[in-house]
Amino acid sequence: MFVLIVGGGKVGTNVTRTLRGLNHEIVLIEQDERRYESLEVEFEDGALYGDGTELHVLEHAGIRRPPDIVVAVTGDDEDNIVICQLAKERYGVPKVVARVNDPRNHELFDLLEISPTVSATSMVMALIEHEVPEHELVHLLELRKENLEIVEVEVDRGSKAEGKRIEELSLPQETRLISVMRDGQAEIAVGATELRAGDQVLAILKPGREDELRQVLLKFS
Amino acid sequence: MIGSGRVGSAVAKRMREAEWDVVVVDETEEALARLGENWPGQFQVGHGMDIEVLERAGIEGADAVIVATSGDNTNIVIAQVAKLRYEVPSVAVRILDPARAEFYAGRGFAIVSPTRTAIDELTSVVLRERPEA
Repeated sequence: MFVLIVGGGKVGTNVTRTLRGLNHEIVLIEQDERRYESLEVEFEDGALYGDGTELHVLEHAGIRRPPDIVVAVTGDDEDNIVICQLAKERYGVPKVVARVNDPRNHELFDLLEISPTVSATSMVMALIEHEVPEHELVHLLELRKENLEIVEVEVDRGSKAEGKRIEELSLPQETRLISVMRDGQAEIAVGATELRAGDQVLAILKPGREDELRQVLLKFS
Repeated sequence: MIGSGRVGSAVAKRMREAEWDVVVVDETEEALARLGENWPGQFQVGHGMDIEVLERAGIEGADAVIVATSGDNTNIVIAQVAKLRYEVPSVAVRILDPARAEFYAGRGFAIVSPTRTAIDELTSVVLRERPEA
């Protein structure tokens, strides 16, 4: 595989190192001269000095071939956006991966249809939500293209769902329960599955239906 | 007006003279000084890529957005946000790099590339003076 990586910080450098170890062809672009010099020592011709949002730099790196993947992992979200737009729209690169530095910029990547994106902050937040019980509803996975998400909820004692079969529940529209985990055993959720307090339920739903799902599975006093 | 440097502040003042309601957005408070002693319009401190800042500045319902921060890529992103998300009728953006200016042409916003203008002007001055060369 030929992979073009823009941004030789920690992420870009480690991805380059890993992919080179798997015998892929990698070009890594870095615009900071001092950082580039140390990258050149390690990656030799695999490192290229320049601004990866400049067309001639990208072309020098071989974007016209084009690469199988372009990975935009600079520390500036606007640069990552422009790199991905150039790669996809001008050079016909089949796949791009972008890093989101400031999670508030996530919606800009979505607006400009740049996906998939990786955000360290969002990933850490998801892990924290998973560990901290106060977050009654945990986002496990966002399927951006499909506009669906998978969440985990623990059924509350005294909730509408407690003691009911799934087919008896009035679940929100565009929502399905996937599985029910009880005493460490997971079962696929079917109509006849009876819910008990403490059950860990996985659900797939359209974003925005979370509150309605909470109304069913959690207790509101 | 996003960006209140030499260009942005001058554009803001001229729009004001043309009796437009002008809101200027810039990352630094100091940029307000470039607008002169008694700037009669509004001024918002914040980054132009921040949706909250744009909305506080009133981008919803704006007749026009002019983008001229010091970063080409920042300008490119803001112009697309103004056009695609807020459907601002008139969007004008400065892009210094002629190559990127060309790539982003035809997306519903006007692009001004001072570098391209300088290249064209400088060449044409010389060609005008020595047309036979």
